[in-house]
Parts: sequence; structure tokens; C-alpha cells
Amino acid sequence: MIGLSDYLLLSAILFAISVAGIIINRKNVITLLMCIELMLLAVNTNFIAFSHFLEDTAGQVFVFFILTVAAAEAAIGLAIIVVLFRNRATIDVEQLNQLKG
Amino acid sequence: MSFQVIVFYSFAAWLIFAALMVISSKHSVKAALFLVLAFASASGIWMLLEAEFLAVSLIVVYVGAVMVLLLFVVMMLDVDYAALRQGFVKKLPLALIIALGFFAILYSFITHGDFSGEAYASPAPKPEDYSNIKELGRVLYTDYVLAFEIAAVILLVAIIAAIALTFRGRRSRKAQVISKQLAANKKNRLKVLKMDAVKTAPKSESNEEAEE
Repeated sequence: MIGLSDYLLLSAILFAISVAGIIINRKNVITLLMCIELMLLAVNTNFIAFSHFLEDTAGQVFVFFILTVAAAEAAIGLAIIVVLFRNRATIDVEQLNQLKG
Repeated sequence: MSFQVIVFYSFAAWLIFAALMVISSKHSVKAALFLVLAFASASGIWMLLEAEFLAVSLIVVYVGAVMVLLLFVVMMLDVDYAALRQGFVKKLPLALIIALGFFAILYSFITHGDFSGEAYASPAPKPEDYSNIKELGRVLYTDYVLAFEIAAVILLVAIIAAIALTFRGRRSRKAQVISKQLAANKKNRLKVLKMDAVKTAPKSESNEEAEE
């Protein structure tokens, strides 16, 4: 049978992959957003696995709220990217250094 | 090897493959499509964990709404994605070291944490008439009703913020534009015309008679 540790290992692998993705794709804001979504997916899988094995619905409620906040975050993040591209004609993170003294 | 084990490992393999493709794809459209695959396979794993409502809402909310929005934005932006990938190979060793270190820490926690012991034994499968949505809705509207309302407000704020950020049409409010007011000067606003002196109108009959 599949135990809790299998699910935890799966989400640990997923989280490590998305951390690597954030480091490699440090220039492209859109890919950074996607990596954050993957991280949230790993965390949500952990929540649901614990909720299943401890037979407590609180974990699923938490995932519900994380999904809500992640959807809001994605909407605002993409709006910021659109405005950023309109003003600067680039989405390269390393060129966004106007506030640097 | 039971059916569940096969389902778990196939979905897990798809999930990890899709995640690897998301972070290594050349083009963002490809990455977004692989992210859809990752969400779909994660939804299968959630289904295996008997969280049916969340598995379905992951498909509806993420694949149906968020990913479509992401694809719209990716296709709207005219970005040279090849230029954004410069330094990809250079950063790879650092990324591998950090990711492997992260995974090693998590792995040691998971293997030493005794998560496969008695306390976390696999629960008995739920009866056929058990409804996950009913159970979730019951706690959502009683114990977590305040958090539920805050979530609704967060979504409203997100809608307003996204529209306010990207709105480009005619503003209907009559706001002061300070820079325009300061830039205004006499030359642009006031026009002095050179004109000849006004001639008097020819006298009419009745006026001539009166003079005589």
C-alpha cells in the first residue's frame, strides 16, 4: 500500500524541482510565477495527504483557502506583468533595477 | 501490486516529468501547457487521497481559469524568450545543489519522522454514500465561515486590482492632471490678433435727414 511518506516524498520532489526552477529561470517573470504555482501545488498535496491519513477535514479547508489566495495572486501578478511590459517593454527581472541607488 | 499503487506511481511520474518540463521549457507557452499537465496529474493524486471536491476544483479553477489567463498573457506579450534564457546553463549547477540540498533535508525529515508507522496507518475507505463535498461544506459554513467571507473579499479585491491596474480606456472622472496644469503657459492659451481699426457703418437715410 501507499503510505503517507510516499505522498510526502512526492511533494518534496515537486517542491525541490520548483526551487530549482526559480533559480534557473531568474530572468523570466512568467516562469517564476509558474514555479510558485508548482510550489503551492506541492504544499497543497502535503495538506491533503495529512488530511486523508489523520481523517481530519481541516487540511482540505486549508487547501481550499490556499487555492483562493493563489488564484487572486495569479490574477494580480499577471496584471502587474502586463503593466510592466507596457511601460518597460521587457519582463527581464534583472533589468528592473530603477530603484537601485 | 494493487490498482492504487499503479495509479499513484503513474500519476507521480507524470507529475514529476511535467514539473521538470515546466522549469526547462524554451518557450513559456510550452511551460504553461506542461503546467496544465502537472495540475491534471496532481488532481489524479488528490482523487486517490479521497479529496474529490478539491481535485475537481483544481481542474476547474486552475486549468480552466488561471492557466487560460496565463496563456493569454504569454501570447499577449511580445517577448524574446530566447534572450531571457541566457545564463540558463551557468545557473544549473547552483540550482542542482540547492534543490538537492533542499530535497535531502526534506527526505531526512520524512524518513526519520516515522510517517509510515501506526499513527499514520492508511484509514479504512469511506462508505459509498459518503459525500466529500457535504463534509467540506459543513465545516466551511460553520467553523470557517469568517475565513470563507474573508476569502470572498480577497477575490473581490483581486478583481478590482486587476482591472484598475490594466485599465486603459477613457477615464470618466474629471481628475486634475497636475503636470498639464503646470505645463500650461500664456503662449498656448492666449492668442492676440492684429486687426485693423473698425470702420464706421455707412449712415442710413434717417440719420442724414436728422443732421440736415
